Amino acid sequence: MSTAVAQKKGFGAFIWDYLTTVDHKKIAHLYLVSGGLFFLMGGLEAMIIRIQLMKPDNEFISAGLYNEMITMHGTTMIFLAAMPLLFALMNAVVPLQIGARDVAFPFLNSLGFWLFFFGGVILNFSWFMGGAPDAGWTAYAPLSTTSPGHGVDFYVIGLQISGAGTLIGGINFLVTIVNMRAPGMSYMRMPLFTWTIFVTSTLILFAFPALTVGLFLMMFDRMFGSVFFDVAAGGNVIIWEHLFWIFGHPEVYILILPVFGVFSEVFATFSKKRLFGYSAMVFATVLIGFLGFMVWAHHMFTTGMGPVANSIFAVTTMAIAVPTGIKIFNWLFTMWGGSIKMTSAMLWSVAFIPTFTIGGMTGVMLAVAAADYQYHDTYFVVAHFHYVIVGGVVFGIFAALHYWWPKMFGKVLNEKLGKWAFWPFFIGFHLTFFIQHFLGLMGMPRRYWKFLEGQGLATGNLISTIGAFFMALGVIIFLWNVIYTAVKEPKASADPFDGRTLEWSIASPPPFYNFKQTPLVRGLDALWIEKSEGKKGMTPAEPLGDIHMPNGSILPFVMSFGLFIAGFGFIYQVDNPVWLSLVFIGMGILLGAMFVRSVKDDLGYHIHKEDLEKGDGQL
Amino acid sequence: MSNEDILNPKQMPREPEKATLEGKNKFIGFWFFLGGETVLFASLFGTFLALRNSTAGGPGTEELFGLELVFIMTMLLLTSSLTSVYAMYHMKNNDFGKMQVWLGVTVALGLAFLGGELYEFNHYIHEYEFTFRSSALGSSFYTLVGFHGGHVLFGLLWIVTLMVRNAKRGLNLYNAPKFYIASLYWHFIDVVWVFIFTVVYLMGKVG
Ligand code: HEM
Ligand SMILES: [Cu+2]
Repeated sequence: MSTAVAQKKGFGAFIWDYLTTVDHKKIAHLYLVSGGLFFLMGGLEAMIIRIQLMKPDNEFISAGLYNEMITMHGTTMIFLAAMPLLFALMNAVVPLQIGARDVAFPFLNSLGFWLFFFGGVILNFSWFMGGAPDAGWTAYAPLSTTSPGHGVDFYVIGLQISGAGTLIGGINFLVTIVNMRAPGMSYMRMPLFTWTIFVTSTLILFAFPALTVGLFLMMFDRMFGSVFFDVAAGGNVIIWEHLFWIFGHPEVYILILPVFGVFSEVFATFSKKRLFGYSAMVFATVLIGFLGFMVWAHHMFTTGMGPVANSIFAVTTMAIAVPTGIKIFNWLFTMWGGSIKMTSAMLWSVAFIPTFTIGGMTGVMLAVAAADYQYHDTYFVVAHFHYVIVGGVVFGIFAALHYWWPKMFGKVLNEKLGKWAFWPFFIGFHLTFFIQHFLGLMGMPRRYWKFLEGQGLATGNLISTIGAFFMALGVIIFLWNVIYTAVKEPKASADPFDGRTLEWSIASPPPFYNFKQTPLVRGLDALWIEKSEGKKGMTPAEPLGDIHMPNGSILPFVMSFGLFIAGFGFIYQVDNPVWLSLVFIGMGILLGAMFVRSVKDDLGYHIHKEDLEKGDGQL
Repeated sequence: MSNEDILNPKQMPREPEKATLEGKNKFIGFWFFLGGETVLFASLFGTFLALRNSTAGGPGTEELFGLELVFIMTMLLLTSSLTSVYAMYHMKNNDFGKMQVWLGVTVALGLAFLGGELYEFNHYIHEYEFTFRSSALGSSFYTLVGFHGGHVLFGLLWIVTLMVRNAKRGLNLYNAPKFYIASLYWHFIDVVWVFIFTVVYLMGKVG
């Protein structure tokens, strides 16, 4: 039962352990590894796109394949790389930061992961089964509903399954943060990362169902003959745009808010100062989350909604820049006068500030509806969202990995290699994307397979491609660092960075039950308070006693696998009803596993007090 | 103390569904889930409202809908919500037998509702050739109402599973939250139906 025992039993047991685990720390590993692999795939696709655009009139890949590349790049990066990497961080850190032994629903946590995983696998199967989706990551109808072949079907089914996983994860973290905080940790004593995850989870809860419905409508149109988006039968293609962006804009905040939390932790820790304006930061986070639902139509200024709607959405969009600005200044003031240590985590964070500010500025430019008629669907938009997503989310993930690596894997990433990875990536990033603003303003449309000689676009595109190679180099050095650290670096202490929050009060990595005794929280930066009063660690809030732990289970894997099978059935039954058998088999597996889950009691088990005393955390 | 003892106290607490941490988590988690479901149905309602006049030359809502059967179905479902409240009342009084009886009544009413819905769909399809594929109105009507019907079916299967699984052992702190959230789900389905009745049928008939 104990995870430590399982680990000593060889490779098969190791795999089985991860297939059945419900431990949030191991689920974090699963998210990190699979998100990381999808990130590499998305990166490869990006490199292929950039090579195609390296010179005028290039024939590196065909037009059709190019469409598949841009679609899969966007879809993979958003849904299969950025989201799971953030889920890896939430899983690794949030329960520790709030002093909990696990998440509220360990079983659902595992289910959420496996759904995401199988959804991503389905999506990528499309490459080998007649072609990937090719209607852009936004899949606008009727381009998507009339796209021949099965590519878009893979998009619909893959995202539907992985989206369900995300929704489950969001609910899980909401409940975890509401119900599982250690004694004394009021909402206004939660670390900012936990706060941002709380708001992010709310956004997931209210945004993803809109995507679910949009995907259902598209699935019905493509696979079951309904006519939602078929104008000839009275359908309306704009419905898709609305549903997609009602989900899609909150989604960009789902991506960025967690890393806002990361930066808040990193700046405070490495400046040795309390986060400046904590309550303003909380307020700004909540406000951004709220406003995030009011702006979706800024993606549709040129759709023809009319001047009134365009003006309203322009104003609400610009309003979001205000709480975002509050945050930028609070981070700057946190560093102001602090004793700053420029570690790799800090380097990524400091680099984020100017980069993201540029992205926010172009965002406000895009929000000017009249001007957007000029920018829309050009490389200017591409530059904008890469500045916020790479300069924000990706920088943030790198910062977080450097910061929490010891907590996740027990070793501090090598600092020198960390900096060597940063510089090529940072320089490469600005080389790649800064010039794209100007390419866009010069009229280069996004998603075009080719540009031609004599359009004045050649130099800019070449620079952009060169930059992309620098970014790839940075990623490779980071991966090298991961291997190097695993082999060469010594074991990390519990608190290698002189941290401020609860996760640093327990061993790196923590024992599988996290806290032997639940800690008593006496204020914001709970550990820092104790340290500044000369204590070694947290004061326990309870006497040593038995600890209740959840059982592992293979059912989440089985359920997701059932949906995986059914997914292929749905996609191919259009060609031949025989394939419906797969739907029945897959759904049968799913419902059967759900039934087993429902009727079989799962009470968990106890670690006994005596064992805890004996093992002293080494259990 | 073993799990069995903890979950079967001599004296059941007033609110057995929220007596354990697991129960509390389920309770609040389910409320969040219903929040997500609300957005799901809101999106379906929005789609329906955008397409309610898109008949593509086929029959429109005024021609199709008759209110009698739908009214009876509404009454059935509203009553089933009430009977599930009775069931929860008996759960809180630790009277397992009566709880099962009222849940049984709830299931029967839900089945009757589903029967009405099937009859109605069948009627539209065969009398009017109004199908999922015939017009955008048809697509959005069957999707919205069908999603709701699917929820009813799932709710029925869920409640029956719980009833059968626990028939022998009675109530404890492990299954009380399960019964409770199943009944919450049932109320939610009921509320959605009230909106469907208003937005789809009443507005379709007069609006
Ligand atoms: C001050 C904050 C921001 C403002 C005012 C803003 C504004 C906008 C506007 C108006 C567009 C539509 C441009 C067009 O299609 O013509 C846009 C596109 C986009 N933004 Fe932002 N944005 C902001 C922050 C962000 C953040 C934080 C992210 C992600 C982390 C983000 C991601 C995107 C993406 C992915 C698109 C393009 C979607 C597509 O068409 O494929 N934005 N932004
Ligand atoms: Cu947006």
